[in-house]
Amino acid sequence: MAGRDTQASAVDTGPVGAEIEEERRAEAYAGEPPFKTEPVSNRLVVALKDAAIAGLITLALAGPMIGLRTETAIGGLSLSQHWLPVAVTVAVVALGRLVLNLFVWNRAPGAPSPVGGVADVGGRGAASLAALLDKWRWQAMVLVIVFALAMPFMPFAGRYWMDQAIVVLTYCMLGWGLNIVVGLAGLLDLGYVAFYAVGAYSFALLATNFDLGFWVCLPMAGLLAAGWGLILGFPVLRLRGDYLAIVTLAFGEIIRIILINWYDLTNGPDGISGIPRPTLFGIPFERGEGGFADLFGLEYEPIQRIIYLYYIILILALITNLVTLRLRRLPVGRAWEALREDEIACRSLGINTTNTKLTAFAIGAMFGGFAGSFFATRQGFISPESFTAIESFIILAVVVLGGLGSQLGIVIAVIFLNAAFELLRELQEFRMLIVGMAMVLIMVWRPRGLIATRQPSVFLKKRQAVSADLVGEGRG
Amino acid sequence: MEYFVQQLINGVTLGSIYGLIAIGYTMVYGIIGMINFAHGDIFMVGAFIALIALVVLGVTATTPFVILLLALLLVIVVAMSLSAVWGWTLERLAYRPLRGSFRLAPLITAIGMSITLQNFVQISQGARVKPVQPIVTGGYAIMERDGFVVQISNIQIVIILVTVALMTGFTVLIAKTALGRSQRACEQDSRMASLLGVNVDGTIALTFVMGASLAAVAGLMYVLYYGVIDFYIGFLAGVKAFTAAVLGGIGSLPGAMLGGLLIGLIETFWSAYFSIEYKDVAAFSILAITLIFLPSGLLGRPEVEKV
Repeated sequence: MAGRDTQASAVDTGPVGAEIEEERRAEAYAGEPPFKTEPVSNRLVVALKDAAIAGLITLALAGPMIGLRTETAIGGLSLSQHWLPVAVTVAVVALGRLVLNLFVWNRAPGAPSPVGGVADVGGRGAASLAALLDKWRWQAMVLVIVFALAMPFMPFAGRYWMDQAIVVLTYCMLGWGLNIVVGLAGLLDLGYVAFYAVGAYSFALLATNFDLGFWVCLPMAGLLAAGWGLILGFPVLRLRGDYLAIVTLAFGEIIRIILINWYDLTNGPDGISGIPRPTLFGIPFERGEGGFADLFGLEYEPIQRIIYLYYIILILALITNLVTLRLRRLPVGRAWEALREDEIACRSLGINTTNTKLTAFAIGAMFGGFAGSFFATRQGFISPESFTAIESFIILAVVVLGGLGSQLGIVIAVIFLNAAFELLRELQEFRMLIVGMAMVLIMVWRPRGLIATRQPSVFLKKRQAVSADLVGEGRG
Repeated sequence: MEYFVQQLINGVTLGSIYGLIAIGYTMVYGIIGMINFAHGDIFMVGAFIALIALVVLGVTATTPFVILLLALLLVIVVAMSLSAVWGWTLERLAYRPLRGSFRLAPLITAIGMSITLQNFVQISQGARVKPVQPIVTGGYAIMERDGFVVQISNIQIVIILVTVALMTGFTVLIAKTALGRSQRACEQDSRMASLLGVNVDGTIALTFVMGASLAAVAGLMYVLYYGVIDFYIGFLAGVKAFTAAVLGGIGSLPGAMLGGLLIGLIETFWSAYFSIEYKDVAAFSILAITLIFLPSGLLGRPEVEKV
């Protein structure tokens, strides 16, 4: 309003120069500061009102769902009432909202969302971390690899920690494989677990039917998964974005349904058991004559097999990482990233988008297949249960939470998620609930993932990390 | 022939339920251009709210007709309004903070919300399936030959009638009212709409609310028709309803209904004539085939890509 008045008066008195007008404008604004701080009492009232509304909404949400629990009873359903948890939930939400409003967000309710401010704080912390990592890049990498290699011989590395390490590495490998498709080529794939399943079942079927060993089957499983990657990739080439996501999701479900129903081949929901364990050049990790311990003159311990499995997955994961890093610098890798940034520009520059997308799908799928065969040989038993859509979501969540396209971010996200799972083991029921809420919160807090900088593979003079905000996420 | 007619009736009923869910997808996709991944779970929550309301009111098949009718109306209102709150909260928590952020972010939060909702219901209501005694019973025999009776049950009539009524209501709402106008304005160009004084955030929230309340009606119908629900019904129903929305042409209300009907019919006939195990494969394959050969759906407008 003030600005308009000034202008009107300026017209009345004729042109008097920009200087005078500016002064007047400043004067006019002085009476009406745009960022007036509200009196504290008023803020308290507003915050209380806001908290009350939040509490009421929570009551509407939680009241019937938590307060009234349907129980199976004779002759239909009966209700049991649980009002205490409802009261606790409502109180937590209302009080939490009040505290956040008064002390954390420090703003009048109704003002723009606080997310930007919070993200800034997080962004700064992570930027300095990334800068530090950038500086000590090689040293950090060597340190981590040496630690990973030496881990089985550390005093704390019992059965539990080795198992955890194997799980972490398996998911790292899956995350890195999916990262090629989603992070580098920008193709949103929600059915990645299908390739994991193809790899696992290929290995299981080849090993149980034709008596082949792990090392023979591993490349075959990878190839078969890559083949399926092509089969899926070919029809969906023209799809973009969310459509691609939903078709790949459907594809993952189709594979699972076929695995459940093709009883003759896959043994249906009962799964395949008796999958052979991996051997070291034909030496099995077994007790007694001809086993690993016997040949090397060691005391037999079951953990020897676990350590061997650990080294297999460590090497597989490192290969995945190395191949991805090298591929990024090859023409095909650059084409992936170019495709992610702008498909139309790519096409106009003569990049064959069909081949580019297909290679991304196939190579990503191949690593999924490798991880799948490893999973099968580690478990010794597989069933369609292990390959549900939720598994795909977890792998995708790892990639996105870590930061699309960031290899390191994926490792951090896997360790974080795995630690969360383990810490919440006591709260068996609440585990997935908390993981789901954490996904939402982390995404709201840091939409670009935990590692918010990217290393460009091409640069003019000096390699310099760029903010993830400058990197396209692909549109299909 | 009789078998065919019977399957036709079953398919239309199933298709009506899918259509009601599909509207939620299609409206949200139309307005913000994103798949509301948690919509299937909102449908599941709606089904649970309806179930709880039914149990609270204690209606059974023996309740007198007038009271039954009133009770069902009450259940519809309760389920619709409470699910609307769920839909609003979903938008507020998972979508609004990320508006203008990069495109994958809301998809991830939606997946997170979907996991959260499923596990929330699993914890609060238990993981076991909830069986409900049939409430709306009876039906009419339409045709009979060689001992095969074609039946249309009362519940099927109710489902089809409610769906038609709601569809008509919503089509009018979108086409004639100020709310519908601002919604279409946001669909076409949300920035321009906000410049012209349309409350874009409010309109988007209302879209979620409407989608959620229709999903709640679908949930009630599901409870009444199948008599069994659990916390996992949202996933499959959601994907199929999304297929329906895509098949009909995403962003188009009549398209969603048409797509729902087609998916319902295809699924029913597939189970009836081919194999019941692979009925989900049929639905998913149709999704893929539609997207590949007819990306804009049956009634949708082709998407023009701007450089």
